[in-house]
Amino acid sequence: MKEKIDSEAQCLLISWRNLPCGAILTDTKRIKENKTGAWRSERPIYDEKKCIQCLVCWIYCPDASILVQDGKVVGINYDYCKGCGICASVCPKKVQAIRMEKEKK
Amino acid sequence: MKKVVAKTGNEAMAYAMKQIAPDVVAAYPITPSTEVVYAFASFVAEGEVDTEFVAVESEHSAMSACIAAAVSGARAMTATASQGLALMHEMLFIASALRLPIVMAVVNRTLSAPLNIHCDHSDSLASRDSGWIQLFCANSQEAYDTMIYAVRIAEEIYLPVMVTIDGFILSHCMERIEILSDEEVKDFIKEFKPNYSLLDIDHPITVGPACLPDSYFEHKVAVAEAMRESLAVIERVSKEFGERFGRYYDILEGYETKDCEVAVIAMGSTYETATVAVDNLRKKGKKVGAYKLKLFRPFPHQRIKAELINLPVLGVLDRAEALSSYGGILYTEIRAVLSDEKKKPLTANYIYGLGGREITPGEIEGVFEELFQLKEKGVSSEEVSYIGVR
Repeated sequence: MKEKIDSEAQCLLISWRNLPCGAILTDTKRIKENKTGAWRSERPIYDEKKCIQCLVCWIYCPDASILVQDGKVVGINYDYCKGCGICASVCPKKVQAIRMEKEKK
Repeated sequence: MKKVVAKTGNEAMAYAMKQIAPDVVAAYPITPSTEVVYAFASFVAEGEVDTEFVAVESEHSAMSACIAAAVSGARAMTATASQGLALMHEMLFIASALRLPIVMAVVNRTLSAPLNIHCDHSDSLASRDSGWIQLFCANSQEAYDTMIYAVRIAEEIYLPVMVTIDGFILSHCMERIEILSDEEVKDFIKEFKPNYSLLDIDHPITVGPACLPDSYFEHKVAVAEAMRESLAVIERVSKEFGERFGRYYDILEGYETKDCEVAVIAMGSTYETATVAVDNLRKKGKKVGAYKLKLFRPFPHQRIKAELINLPVLGVLDRAEALSSYGGILYTEIRAVLSDEKKKPLTANYIYGLGGREITPGEIEGVFEELFQLKEKGVSSEEVSYIGVR
């Protein structure tokens, strides 16, 4: 938590003079630290047993939040998933390996 | 040896684009700028230029494609007018805020309604707050030259640039144009060396992150500061163009202004009409002059103040009705520049030429006569005058 506050404070202190031109961010390490999944109202639940590994969810996910290892879906990255439900809707009807569930707050 | 050709304003701008040979041109045709796109597409089809031409489905997509090309490290250009520029509106702000050096030809045409395809400046001026550098050209030679050096301006300051000509008056009028060789253009604009590319997967980047109240403000100030800094770049690059090729363009030019008692200021082709009126009245011994404002954004306020402050009377010719109930855009901005000075010219605002209505030297001579009357009375005219309106 303290780390989070420190990094926010640092952000606030950056003068316009030191900002990256056009807000184009090249420091991808820092970008990864900025987790953006908090506003999710529904979360996708992935069922490995039902999955046929067609990777359609991985192709469609607008936020690269389908975790893939060695060419296989292994889960969902809730740090960035916004809960849009596209993965659940593109998962083939006969398969239904991803369902959406209300996010518990 | 100078090569002289006959070209319309549109053809001249398209030819400049061919010589610039951008990596990507994404454009959608709209009168009166269609010919720029048409001529350029022909160059691509005939293999005269190695540009990726993207025939998009709208101007919104044209600007979006240019933005995508530019963040991918490509030199991107487009052309549009009127409703097309209006449809691009939201993307204009994104291009400037992402600091993308896109160059766009804008062929000034009024905005609907009523439907009208002819010239006034309401399209370009409606984009004045979008963070684009705006250069208004008075003839097609200037448009050709400005397109070329606009590339350098854009890529040095990382801001997009609009180069405008007056629809039909210049865009469809055949003129004598001195063209440069392909090598001269290539040598002048230099190679574009982007700082990053979205397609470089070994060096991933984030484009267009969310910047909330804690950082959006700083980013806007950075763009505003780039706009301020661009003035020196514009002056340096246009001077370098003049030194290299013998055609000099100033951000603010004057004609017979040294000893003049009354003067008008205009943007675009009307400046040249005004110089005819000046010649006519000078023959009768009247001390009149004309100014051409070429650079509208950034607004060169210091230069305007320095040039105009000692003038007794100034008539501001606006080719757009801002519907503000106060006056034209050029008028209000010039008034604001002069407002704090003790000694300043009396001013009058003339709105003219909307929807392509002709403006003649005789009408501008009439303006000069009225300005002389103001000089005698010693008061500014607070009411907007519409030239030639029934």
